Amino acid sequence: MAIKVLKPGLATTVQDLGRPGYYHIGIPLSGGMDRLATRAANMLVGNDEGAALLEAVFMGPELEFTSDATVAVTGAELPPKVDGAAREGWTSFTVKKGQIISFDFLKKGARAYIAVSGGIDVPVVLGSRSTYALGALGGFKGRKLEAGDELPVGRGKSVKDGRTIPANLRRVNGNPAELRMVPGLYWHRITEAAGKHFFEDTWKVAPEADRIGYRFKGGRPLEFVPRTPPFGAGSDPSNIVDACYPYGSIQVPGGTEPIVLHRDAVSGGGYFMVGTVISADMDLIGQLQPHTQAKFVSIDLEEALKARTERETHLHKVRDSVS
Amino acid sequence: MKTRYSYGGDEHIFVEIDEEMSLEAFFKSLFISNAVKDAKIKGVSEICPANASMQIKYDPDVIKPSDMLAELKKLETVADKAEHVLKTRIIEVPVYYNDPWTRETLMRFRERHQDPKSTDIEYAARINNLDGAQGFIKAHSGSPWFVSMVGFVAGLPFLYQMVERKRQIEAPKYLRPRTDTPRLTVGHGGCFGCIYSVRGAGGYQMFGITPMPIYDPNQKISYLRDFMCLFKPGDIVKWKPIDRTQYDATVADVDSGKFTPLMKNVTFSLADFHKDIDACNRKLNEVLHGH
Repeated sequence: MAIKVLKPGLATTVQDLGRPGYYHIGIPLSGGMDRLATRAANMLVGNDEGAALLEAVFMGPELEFTSDATVAVTGAELPPKVDGAAREGWTSFTVKKGQIISFDFLKKGARAYIAVSGGIDVPVVLGSRSTYALGALGGFKGRKLEAGDELPVGRGKSVKDGRTIPANLRRVNGNPAELRMVPGLYWHRITEAAGKHFFEDTWKVAPEADRIGYRFKGGRPLEFVPRTPPFGAGSDPSNIVDACYPYGSIQVPGGTEPIVLHRDAVSGGGYFMVGTVISADMDLIGQLQPHTQAKFVSIDLEEALKARTERETHLHKVRDSVS
Repeated sequence: MKTRYSYGGDEHIFVEIDEEMSLEAFFKSLFISNAVKDAKIKGVSEICPANASMQIKYDPDVIKPSDMLAELKKLETVADKAEHVLKTRIIEVPVYYNDPWTRETLMRFRERHQDPKSTDIEYAARINNLDGAQGFIKAHSGSPWFVSMVGFVAGLPFLYQMVERKRQIEAPKYLRPRTDTPRLTVGHGGCFGCIYSVRGAGGYQMFGITPMPIYDPNQKISYLRDFMCLFKPGDIVKWKPIDRTQYDATVADVDSGKFTPLMKNVTFSLADFHKDIDACNRKLNEVLHGH
């Protein structure tokens, strides 16, 4: 069984839950940016939660099926159609051999997850099928999909149509989106006043927002505590001796535009970081469109762990709703 | 050197060994990383040594953040007791300095450079008081370099020159980063050298290009079949200046599977290095060339 790519969409890639263990040589986690939506789509079509699926950003692909399959689309509100007839999001449906899936315009969110029963069966590279495009690694030939590609699909279990995840369990961003973060890392590099307005200001997602990281604009520039540059750091006050970057870490090159690193993160570099967005809010970032308003909210580690437990409870509810 | 610990959200702990770069800070970062690896702590999924810092990623549902922090502090004392001796490899990297491809790229981004009227290598020679491009190449390829970090993108080595600080080449990054850098460009920013493993954005000065791939996601290149990245933190690199003819010949050899990097096992002692840097580097060179 295979899926023929008629139109690729904007930047559609094969993703799963990621490729841990190689960050020390610069190979990032990769995997779906919205993990809850990734897991949910797979649950709906009877796959393992970590099966490979398609992540489509802003615009959906057009896909022709060469045999029958169960499909589900989760994440962003990117309404699916089968041979032109509308289907529900967050709900499994059947696609017959020869039928074509396409998508309506994006209504909400940024990334939709398209799971197919059996999963996308590209080769496993370093333990994952995820695409890391910067390193031309994994996924379908290490790149985003192109018209004419034929995606292999594994053998699926038979599941019922119309399996659905209730609306109250689909996470949506507030407006402005609130990104909770734990201050730290090189927080001490900025003045107390700068630290205060970093949280007061409303930021906007910049057009430079992708799987590597999300850039934010519109807040006041951060002022630095004066220093003599340490040897090897570089002369700009925002420079450090090149170090590792945590996932979710917020670097602010030149003190002007914060960048939150995501699943295809560059693993290190020479810019200071003010802290780290908590793991529970990383899914939300993947659903932010450019120009969306966002605020950073300071929390401590205890609160971050509580948010983590809440997210885990939420995931259990999603699982229960499907089974 | 004063070690500083910081939580990177709920899944990372960041350890800064020192604000400034030194071989001592690098050794400590590497030794803590090795100690964490050997300790096989449940829940730890990434252990990343960097130039003068290191970082781990862990699952706080498996090991509590405060326990993880206590483990790291304990392992720091283990690393402090370790002798500064490293069993490692020295690898020769051929470089075609002043090559046409990085030259074309640097001309394309000239308005982003500190000195639009000269090339990157001429500029770096001038600000480091070296005698033009030739003097620069001599200084750059004259001493070995430590791989003090691998990352940014897949397989990219950061390199730290193994000479005393006053002889180290230093050069600022471009005023604004380029959107393009040829694959396998030999670059430099601050006190660090690097080899760009893939084509892409970059801000380092560009001095030349190596014909020797260092990252192969398809694992087809003979010496990258076992693992797709060549370099590990702690490797030692020695540049070898080559000309266009040698460059073309090496590219052909890589393509036909005949090329193997010149690579030898070696033991490096930081104490011996500080005792007599030039003698230590001469010895490394002898090991590389099998004397």
